[in-house]
Amino acid sequence: MDWFFNFPDMSRSDLREFKKTVDFAFTDFSRTYGQGIEDFFEPLLMFLVWFEKLFINTPWPVIIFSILLLAWIGSRSILIVVGTFLSFMLIGYFGMWEDTMSTLAIILVATFLCIAIGIPLGIAMARSNKVQAAIVPILDVMQTIPSFVYLIPVVMLLGIGKVPGLIAVCIYAIPPIVRLTNLGIRLVDKDVLEAADSFGANYWQKLFGVQMPLALPTIFAGVNQTIMMALAMVVIASMIGVKGLGLPVLRAISNQYLALGLMNGLAIVILAIIFDRVTQKFGLRMQKYRNEGKD
Amino acid sequence: MNSKNILIKVNQLYKIFGDGDKSALDLVKNGMGKDELLEKSNCVLGLNNINLNINRGKIQVVMGLSGSGKSTLIRHLNRLIEPTSGEILFNNTNILNLSSKELIQFRQNNMSMVFQKFALFPHKTILQNVGYGLAIQNISKDEWSEKAQKWIKRVGLDGYETYYPGQLSGGMQQRVGLARALATDAEILLMDEAFSALDPLIRSEMQNILLDLQSELHKTIIFITHDLDEALKIGDRIAILRDGSMVQDSDPQEIIMNPADEYVSDFIKDINRARVIQAKSIMTPTNTKSSGATVKEDMVLEDILQIMSDAPSKPVTIENSKGKVTGKIEMVNLIEGMKRPKSLGTNITG
Repeated sequence: MDWFFNFPDMSRSDLREFKKTVDFAFTDFSRTYGQGIEDFFEPLLMFLVWFEKLFINTPWPVIIFSILLLAWIGSRSILIVVGTFLSFMLIGYFGMWEDTMSTLAIILVATFLCIAIGIPLGIAMARSNKVQAAIVPILDVMQTIPSFVYLIPVVMLLGIGKVPGLIAVCIYAIPPIVRLTNLGIRLVDKDVLEAADSFGANYWQKLFGVQMPLALPTIFAGVNQTIMMALAMVVIASMIGVKGLGLPVLRAISNQYLALGLMNGLAIVILAIIFDRVTQKFGLRMQKYRNEGKD
Repeated sequence: MNSKNILIKVNQLYKIFGDGDKSALDLVKNGMGKDELLEKSNCVLGLNNINLNINRGKIQVVMGLSGSGKSTLIRHLNRLIEPTSGEILFNNTNILNLSSKELIQFRQNNMSMVFQKFALFPHKTILQNVGYGLAIQNISKDEWSEKAQKWIKRVGLDGYETYYPGQLSGGMQQRVGLARALATDAEILLMDEAFSALDPLIRSEMQNILLDLQSELHKTIIFITHDLDEALKIGDRIAILRDGSMVQDSDPQEIIMNPADEYVSDFIKDINRARVIQAKSIMTPTNTKSSGATVKEDMVLEDILQIMSDAPSKPVTIENSKGKVTGKIEMVNLIEGMKRPKSLGTNITG
């Protein structure tokens, strides 16, 4: 009856062997291909460095003006523009300007990457049930696996730095945009699609003329979520060498600096709120036709 | 009927929804009905051996209750639904053999459709909606917006070009739907319960707009409805479907005078016969002029009654559209014609 009370597990030595095999196999893999993969990401790294420098080296009034302009274009709301202005002044005044610019740079690149990869993926999922069935479990894993777990292989392959940080952020932030693109396209009214069909629209005409425009508010909710999740990853990404607002937070945790942690944490929150409000307003404006008076 | 006038010919069309539709097809061909098929093979019988000739330039109404397969049938004509077996000839080419590229061409050039729930593009303006069928043919914007403009005007929506569909009432939205369908200059117009979602007054108005347009355009229109009054008002021919099978396909007068079976009788039970039956359906054929007034063949009994009430004993003379005498009607015929036939029962309710 021993098996009844003690789980019949693998012997310790077998388990050790198993872990060793996996570790060695991956180490071998990263030794053999690591350099190649690093070279592959070299242009991305160059771009990241350049982009971050651009943000940091541009005089602050120019940056603030550009941000306010974008906030206005996106939201058309004076309140949001004023709020944005005050927030950035406060951030700068408390000496977090440079870190905020670094964070802004990586968030923007990560969001752009997520959109560039996520929207086509979502379209492919909406087109075929088989593709959807294949991708959904992958997204589930990406969203539930603790970020530290996939940091390990990423760091083993690429070391510490901006690129592995960016990849980690993207893995965490891409699922919403993929899911919501898929959902948005699938939710488009069947009658309307039938109408497009009956007039002889081809696949691309339906996709870009009918499905995407009607799915846009949902897709935009996905973009919004992706940005929020990317911001949430900033602290974790700083553990593997991403500069920005996450790094001081990390230092504050290890040294119990309450003020430092709060200041930088709140700066991340402020960024999140600004991004959220501006993109949400923009999303609402895109569906203007839905809000105008109905009979 | 002259075969030259036939534009669309539907031959032995079957549609079975569900897995294993091919084996179910054999069952249906051997006479299995809709309910039995559903029980035996879990397939739904959509269309059962439909044969239909649609004349060029006429309005063919397809009528039936919900679930009778009328919307399924109309979607076969532009292949929004693929049949299980059968053929659909358009000018002697079987449209079921078209490749997907040819099908797109066919839909762009030959057929357009009006939908029950309008199915307008909510994110496009009225102008863009009406021009849609042309815009996807890569026609320049100037050209399609000019044509769209013309049709918007024609259906009486001048000035609404920059509105979105959500801002218009149901009746106006369906005018947009109609204009969108007409803008491509397609020869065939498919109308799937196009006016069913509208309230009675607007519906009647839309029917008049359609008849008005038709007298000028002479399109071939396939019109789906479940409303007999509508069918009688606009149909040149009426086909009646029941459980996916064709029960009767004939002249509207013929349907009222000689319903093919109980199902059709049920349909026509409640209509106002005096307002629908025309002189030619009840007249006694003769070449000689009678003593009373002279009326046209297509005058309805109600109007003849009005005329005869002045001189009830004198039979009226009936003449055709060319002024030739074709028959006479006496008061007795009139009463007989308005009376409900025995097959429809005699109980009067209300």
